[in-house]
Order: sequence, then C-alpha cells, then structure tokens
Amino acid sequence: MTQTKDIKVNIKINNKDYSVSSSLTILEAAKLAHIKIPTLCKHEDLPPTANCGICVVKVKNNRKLIRACCTLVEKGMDITTHDGELYEVRKNVLELILSTHPFLCLTCLRNGNCELQKLAEEFGIREVPYNNIVKGGKTDTSTKAVVFDAQKCIGCGRCVEVCQEIQQVHALEFLDRGFNARIAPAGDIQLADSPCIKCGQCSAHCPVGAIVEFSQATQVWLTLRDETLHPVVQIAPAVRVALGEGFGLEPGALLTGQIYAFFRRIGFKAIFDTNFGADLTIMEEGSELIERLVHGKGTLPLITSCCPAWVDFLEKYYPDLIEHFSTAKSPHEMVGALSKTYYAEKMGIDPGKIFMLSVMPCTAKKFEIARTADMHSSGYQDVDVSITTRELVRMIKTSGVNLLDLEDEKADSVLGSYTGAGTIFGATGGVMEAAIRTAYFLVTGKELENLDVEDVRGLKGVKRATVDMNGKKIRVAVAHGIGNVREVCEELRECKASGKPMPYDFIEVMACEGGCIAGGGQPYQVTNKIRTMRSKGLYNDDGKCELRCSHHNKEVQQLYKEFLDKPLSDKSHHLLHTKYIPRPIYYK
Amino acid sequence: MKTQKDVQLDTRLLDFIEEWKDKKGKEIMILHKVQEVYGFVPRAVAIEVSRMIDLPLAKIYGIITFYHIFKLKKPGKFKVSVCMGTACYLKGGNDLIAELESILGIGVNAVTEDGKFSIEIVRCVGCCGLAPVILVNGKTYGNLKKGDLPNILNEYREEPKN
Repeated sequence: MTQTKDIKVNIKINNKDYSVSSSLTILEAAKLAHIKIPTLCKHEDLPPTANCGICVVKVKNNRKLIRACCTLVEKGMDITTHDGELYEVRKNVLELILSTHPFLCLTCLRNGNCELQKLAEEFGIREVPYNNIVKGGKTDTSTKAVVFDAQKCIGCGRCVEVCQEIQQVHALEFLDRGFNARIAPAGDIQLADSPCIKCGQCSAHCPVGAIVEFSQATQVWLTLRDETLHPVVQIAPAVRVALGEGFGLEPGALLTGQIYAFFRRIGFKAIFDTNFGADLTIMEEGSELIERLVHGKGTLPLITSCCPAWVDFLEKYYPDLIEHFSTAKSPHEMVGALSKTYYAEKMGIDPGKIFMLSVMPCTAKKFEIARTADMHSSGYQDVDVSITTRELVRMIKTSGVNLLDLEDEKADSVLGSYTGAGTIFGATGGVMEAAIRTAYFLVTGKELENLDVEDVRGLKGVKRATVDMNGKKIRVAVAHGIGNVREVCEELRECKASGKPMPYDFIEVMACEGGCIAGGGQPYQVTNKIRTMRSKGLYNDDGKCELRCSHHNKEVQQLYKEFLDKPLSDKSHHLLHTKYIPRPIYYK
Repeated sequence: MKTQKDVQLDTRLLDFIEEWKDKKGKEIMILHKVQEVYGFVPRAVAIEVSRMIDLPLAKIYGIITFYHIFKLKKPGKFKVSVCMGTACYLKGGNDLIAELESILGIGVNAVTEDGKFSIEIVRCVGCCGLAPVILVNGKTYGNLKKGDLPNILNEYREEPKN
C-alpha cells in the first residue's frame, strides 16, 4: 500500500480499458468504473485489513486470486471482477461466515440494513451446507451506550481498526487464534470495565448487528403512553443534517422543521432545541474563557467539554489535564436541567412529571445522562432518555408519519430558539467558531466583522489558528478524532513537564472525526465526502440565520434576565456546570 | 496512566524491561520474561508492563492469547504437560489427556482445587521416539501406556520432588 507517485496507468477491467490513478486499489478502481466488488471488512472510511476474503478478483497471469481491497492497480493489469468461478469462491466464503452466524435476522437491530444480510440476498443463499456453530456468550450491555453481541460478530475487524487506529482507545482487540479468534476487551472483561469511551464509532462501522447502539426507542414509545407525563424533546445540531439519509435524502439535507413537526405529531408537549443549549454553552464557556484569559482566574488553555466520549477519555488517559477542562456541561444537559427548573416553573408543571428526551448523533450521550450526580441538578435526572439519529429513523418509520410530507414547524419557547453559532456546534471547529464570535464581543465590546472563521473549519485533524481580538492574540487549536486529540494533549503534557509556555489559549475537542456530524449514532456508511456534506448543511443553516452569535439569542438573554442572573452565577454553576475526576483505564 | 492495583514487579523482570524497553520486538521478549518469572502472565503485572513500555493492554492480550506459551492462569505446583506433537498425537496423546482429566477431575488449562496439578497441552517436545510423552515440571515420562499415569502422579502427591 505504499505508493508515492500518483500516475495514470492503463488497466483492463472485465475486458474494458480504463485509465486510472496508480494510487487506487483494485476495489476503488472498479468502483470508479461502476463495478461493485463485494466486501464485508473494507469500509471506505478505514484502511483495508483483508480479513473477510470476499473481494477476491482474478488478475491475468496470476495463479492466485487477489484481494481487491488491499491490492493497488498496476500498469497493464487485466482484471476480472465477476465470473462463475469468482461467484463460487465468494459464495463459499459467505457460507463459511454464515456457518457461525446465529440467524436472528428478524429480531436483529440491523434487520434491513445489514451488510451480511444484503450480500446473502444478492448471492441467493438459500441454505448453508455447513453445521451452524455459533460462538460467543452473553450480550454485553454494560455501558448502556453501545451493545456488543459477540455471537453476531463476523470478525471483520472494522471495530478494532477504528477503536485502535482512529480513536487510539484500544478497548477492543482480536484475542486468541484460529476458530477461537474473537474480538473482545483485554481479558474478556465487559466494555464498561474496559477503556471504552462509548464514542460508538465501532457501532457506526460494524457491518452487522454485533455492535449497535443501546436502543431505547421502545422505552420512548412506552413512556408516551403515560398520560400523566409531560414529554418534551430536544434535537442536537448534527441530527438535522443526517436524518434525511435514512429516508433517501442526500447527506446535509436540513430537516429541522420536519423533525419538530414529527415530535408534535407523536405527542410531545414541547419541542426544544439543543442548539439553544449550544448558545447557552457559549455564554458560560465563553465567560469562563474570559475569566481565565483576561482576569487570570484559572488555567489556560481552556478545553471544551461538550463531548462526553472526550470527557471519559480525558478522565481516564489525561487526568493531569483536568484543570484545563471547561466546567460547562454539554448543551443537551443544560437544556435538560433548565427544562425541569426554568421551564417547569414558568409553565407551572411538576418537574417530576417532565420526561426529557434528547435526540443525539451520539452513543456516549446515553452514558453521559447518568455520568455523575451533577446530571441530576434539577433534583431529577435532567435528561431521561437519549436516543441516536439511527433510533429516530426507526421511530419515524414505526410511527407511520411520512417525514418528508410534513410541513416545517417551529420549536417552542423558552428553550427552542437558536442562532447560527448554535447550529454549527455539530461540526468540528463549530464550537470554536461560535466561541470566537462571542468571545470577541466579550473582550472588545465590539462585534466581529467577518463571522466566518474559515481557519477552524474543515476536516484537517488538528487545526491551529490565531485570532486577533483588539491586539490581544488568542491562540486556538481544534482537534477531532481521539487520535488527533492525543497529539494536542501530548503537546500540553510536554509543556507542563518542561515548564515551557503553553502553545494555546483555547482548545476545542470532539471525539469523532468530523465532529458530531459523524458521531457514533449517525447513519451508516460515513466517509469524508459525507462528513463534508453534513457539515455544509450546518454551515448553510448558520448562513441563513438572522442572528449568528450566541450572545444575540433573545431567549438566552431572557433566561439570564429572568432566571440565571448572569453567566457563571451561583445558579448557573449549580445547573450548568460539572466536575471531573481521574478514573482508571481499566476497572478490572 | 493509572492502574487499578499498584504492583511491585520482580527485580529480574524490572532489569529485563530496562534492558529491552527501547529495542525492537521488546513486547514478546518482555512477556516471555513475565511468563518465566511468574509461571503465567498475571493481569496486574500485564497492566504494569503495559504502562512501563507504553503498549496498550489490549495489544498485550492480543499477544498472550495468540501464542500458546503464554498462560493467563497460575499453573498448579506440578504442571503436567501432555505432548500433542504429531508422533505423540498418533500414539494416543488424546487418551492421556482424557485419563488425566478423569484422574484429576479438571480440564485442560485448569488447576486442581488444592493448587497442586494443572494440565496443559504442548507441541512436540523433541523426543518422538518416546511417544506418547508427558512432562511433569519439565521431567519427561515416555512410552506411556494406559494405567501408567496414577503412579506417576502419586510420586508428586506423596513426596513432592520439585
């Protein structure tokens, strides 16, 4: 796979001539030629591992069949991707995989969008000529965020790849060998006792139903039957630009108004928006930054804390950096806490009867809602249930509502309005950009002229920039994907150890590559192209907003006036802030 | 990195890690040393080694579950190794395992309740002429026939020769 020069080569695929870049694999070249070579282990988002063996092709003058996923095209290659023999070989590989599969398709969460099921259908598998031997024991639901059912695992290794190489968390590994080879945490412990940070990237990349989100859609439906409750809901920024993929729309299609409408149709009493919480987060976190930056109270750089997978990672791997962490809770926790205090008081509703559902692009949010006692700041669990975008797709299908036919509706006050700054929270760099817009105002007393902070946008792993605030230079860094985040953490650690000055004032971190738009709870098959399209959807939403700075959010202003007093007030601290503690990487 | 239980490593191991920690192939060499010093790879030691050589614990478990030589459980005081190399296999290695299992009441890779005996399978020990062969703590017993095993085990039950 090491090829330095990118030159065009002439090859033949299925007797037709093509001129393609020599940096492509056979699999990629075939895709450009609109030929689909089946594969179960290769994901466009990840490097090839050559585990499954279904992508084999014939190359003229080669005795052996060649794996298309990990073989680069070469000048003059004469490739056959489909013929009777290849059909037979691939079908046989598939049958062997199926011989250890439990055939629980009807009750499987991936029923209807499973890559193995789809291949079995395409290959016309009607029976498996081998004894069915299913390995793996009890399903692991210990994290209450992701669920690992080893029985359904086909050993493709995508989860190991994303967990070790992209996230560098190393919760999962291939253990043992031969028929006993399995994917598990070190020592076959449960995920909750392992280094797992619940980011859910494994579940977003798994081709089958072996690793899935801890699904709670059924619980939501049951709760809606209880007429004594007052169900309210909030929707995260990233959900609105990805949900459409579940209904055949392009990534990035903005569905905010339809989602609001859907929740009203199924009985929710108030529709809030996590974007409001994002605007509020900027007020709290931005003020925290100013405290540390201008008034010298607290340590710099300040690091964002909206991402619960990142919080978990920091507590386990970099507890020495806890003092740098913003104490601000994540936006959905803020909205949760306020729904059961401010909103309840205003409406005269018993907060104990409020059921707060949050729809998130994220599996770690399921873990976050019960992370510490601070998540009960209202006196009740501030967010009752958190579901992922994928679960929302299923709920909409269950409901019989035709999402795309719904007319746009508006969110409810007093926790529903948002500015452009709130909506870009879902993309890497978005929190930073939103913070800069407001921090500029807080530091200089003037509004930032050009609100588009291009330097912090895009998919580069670590983005560094300097922002001039009336002569005061603020050095910022934005990292996404834990592998990239480590790079920045190591920089900080080194400076601390050697006594060198810190290289940044403010750092934004999101655990998933691309940010929440490609979170572990988002629709399947994400690639950088899809990440870019989803982000674009958010930046378009921002561009269309009349107000684009968090401090202009009228409902946020009203909230401070009527209830919280001012950012970082005692009440704010109680409801909107939290603490962090060092945790062991392994509990067992 | 923080570990769950702090553990004081054997000095032989510490010296070895010091010598190897920056060399290529260190993980296998160091884990061999762990196996040699402790007779198995205790989890607390694995966690400490993981921290010292900055190698994720998952990687260490990937290695120690892949290669047969590494044991995850403490072996018995007397380790009964049954050879399953080709010659011993053909000459009835499987029968020896079945007999051992029935006498000791434990399976392969398990330890008797009193901690005295454990059974493990090893690949060719290099004396195929004596097949089938077992080793007890490295001492070889060859040309075994059905019924030989109780006497051999009794040697260790009565007066331990270690």
